[in-house]
Amino acid sequence: MHDRPVDQRIHDFAEVDAGLTPEEAIAEAERCLQCKKPLCVKGCPVNIDIPSFIREVAAGDFKKAAVIIREQNMLPAICGRVCPQEVQCEGACILGNKDIPISIGTLERFVSDRERENGTVIPQKKASTGRRVAVVGAGPAGLTASAELARMGYQVTLFESLHEAGGVLMYGIPSFRLPKEIVKAEIDMVLSLGVELHLNHLVGRSVTIQELMSYDAVFLGTGAGLPYFMGLPGENLPGVYSANEFLTRVNLMHADCFPLYDTPVKKGSRVVVAGGGNVAMDAARVALRLGGKVTLVYRRREEDLPAREAETARAKEEGIEFVMCTNPVRIIGDQVMTGVECVRMEMCDPDATGRPEPVPVEGSHVTLDADVFIAAIGQGPNPLLISELTELKRGKRGNVIVDEEFRTSLRKVYAGGDVATGAATVILAMGAAKQAAHAIDRMLREE
Amino acid sequence: MVSRVKCSLLTGVTDAQNKKDEVLSTTIHTEYNYGVTGLFFVEKTEMLADKVFQMWVRAPHVAHHAQAGQFVIFRTDEKGERIPLTISAVDGDSIRVIFMAVGKTTSHLASLSAGDHIRDVAGPLGKPSEIKKYGTCVMVGGGVGTASLPIIARAAKAAGNRVIGIVGARNAGLLILEDEMQHACDELHITTDDGSKGFHGFAADFLKQVMAKERVDCVWIIGPAIMMKVTSECTRPAGIKTFVSLNPVMVDGTGMCGSCRVQIDGTTKFACVDGPEFDAHQVDFNSLMQRLRMYQPEEKESMERYQAHICTCKGGERHA
Repeated sequence: MHDRPVDQRIHDFAEVDAGLTPEEAIAEAERCLQCKKPLCVKGCPVNIDIPSFIREVAAGDFKKAAVIIREQNMLPAICGRVCPQEVQCEGACILGNKDIPISIGTLERFVSDRERENGTVIPQKKASTGRRVAVVGAGPAGLTASAELARMGYQVTLFESLHEAGGVLMYGIPSFRLPKEIVKAEIDMVLSLGVELHLNHLVGRSVTIQELMSYDAVFLGTGAGLPYFMGLPGENLPGVYSANEFLTRVNLMHADCFPLYDTPVKKGSRVVVAGGGNVAMDAARVALRLGGKVTLVYRRREEDLPAREAETARAKEEGIEFVMCTNPVRIIGDQVMTGVECVRMEMCDPDATGRPEPVPVEGSHVTLDADVFIAAIGQGPNPLLISELTELKRGKRGNVIVDEEFRTSLRKVYAGGDVATGAATVILAMGAAKQAAHAIDRMLREE
Repeated sequence: MVSRVKCSLLTGVTDAQNKKDEVLSTTIHTEYNYGVTGLFFVEKTEMLADKVFQMWVRAPHVAHHAQAGQFVIFRTDEKGERIPLTISAVDGDSIRVIFMAVGKTTSHLASLSAGDHIRDVAGPLGKPSEIKKYGTCVMVGGGVGTASLPIIARAAKAAGNRVIGIVGARNAGLLILEDEMQHACDELHITTDDGSKGFHGFAADFLKQVMAKERVDCVWIIGPAIMMKVTSECTRPAGIKTFVSLNPVMVDGTGMCGSCRVQIDGTTKFACVDGPEFDAHQVDFNSLMQRLRMYQPEEKESMERYQAHICTCKGGERHA
């Protein structure tokens, strides 16, 4: 990993991590023990043949390495950047017991970046089955399901409600972590398999349920895009954002380039972000790049932060102030917001999650001056389509219930990704989508 | 079609600015290599009143599914913002929107003509109007808000209601859709603030007169926020079911950002998916108006930049 210097990167949205040189990649790949029973593959939700691709990297055959990866994963340049490898492949790497594990993610990224620069090889496709499958939502789950189904010979129609495909990869994750031209290149690859993309189509509105059900099978990958608010007094004051809105304005609509681009965003001089996940880190680091002094408040302890350690470390390096065991209780302001009233939290007995339950300390109120507040406390499943499908069984948190084959309670309708699990990671959504695609294939072949 | 030279919004701006734009457009925006069907052609445009325009756009996925009360999101071009516009009429594969050219995006829209295109049209969005047999319905339109009414009035009439229309504006020159409303309603009344046509006064005053004369079962009020706030007070004491259509600032328009959140009976709702129509007597209009003002400085800046460009290109008709 080569992070660009802090004083340089906090002024732009270019990628923070500059990646590996070929020499470094080969040296890193040579450390691989080439285990007979590789644990790393078990740790990979999409089962990439990791030792094989690393062997090719060590041998200097980057093209062959790319082909091996693409056999299992159509979005490798994305996954190499945003997968939590430390708890997946790298977490399982045997070298990690004594030394540092192989940087599998960095190598995956290196290989796919090289491939993109030197011309990609489109994977093989099976002959057409003549069956049609509708995929709803062009995020990580929908793109993966589309690619898998297209390769198995299905005619795939992919519906996306926004004006760009990519879902959270476009509107959520900032370009300094995931450059948008890389997302677009990987989407191009999926579309090159013959997937028909319909942008600006909100299924349930632009496409009726009846029209949707006319396909031989349906995959729902509508994600978790419903932002949760905290229900604080003053939350509707100008200056208060959900992380989704703040990030969408900047990442998708390019509000950082206002007025060149038409969409504005409030560039706060003092910004408070509430939350401790990856989305909170992203929002904080975007606000910083827009010129704000940023404070991140989290109700639990530092060791409880759910964000990836590397991203937390980068956020700190970049100068974001972390205030732990603190929770907002009120947004202060008359016409616009001027501050956030917070209360200190005390860690008590473990709660249902096994972590100490944070409980407000009476009389510990403090006020942080701020002109922008961003709530990054999580998202729920997009309710629009799944509530129109009245017979679809849903869990307590609104998520679609699926069985081990990713079947929903509706015949021929499958679901995977955040809409089924609640907000999780890109790679888990991809893993689920891939399995769902194969389940759809089995179902249609048995018919 | 007569071919005309498109003038870039950036023409005439300083070289340094152009350079910055170039850099930005290459680093930020890389086009997809594949052909995504995405252009929505403008079929007809017309100026209806001072600064008020109607535009027919071909968008079959919207036109084939649109119902009364729903809206679309337009993004005019690659650098454009996403703005919500009510679907004012549908004909075959096409939809009509009506807007007032007040800011940059609406001014740009007003400069387009038949054969031009809109980059993105998403919809239909929002919940349709709650149409059922109420009895006597009154449709009150204020200014450009009247655009939403004919389609709702026709649906209400088709459901067996007697429909009374009240179309109001500041003056006679700003009145729109009189003929269409005349056809859609059983009776139509015109009001102007200055008395230049029809009843001299606010639509609210006339609504009170109607209520004094006959039984009113349901009312739609669509216009500027302040007009909806004031007018809906007329029906509150009698407890008459009253709908208003809210038009807060939106981004995605599909329930994913919360930009359009409004307070309805003390709880937060998203106008894009829970609305845009709500029970008028439960709406916190003050919060709505406060949020509508949120980006006024930015809107002004964007408009000034756009106008400066129009000056440098000698007021050419096209500023894409």
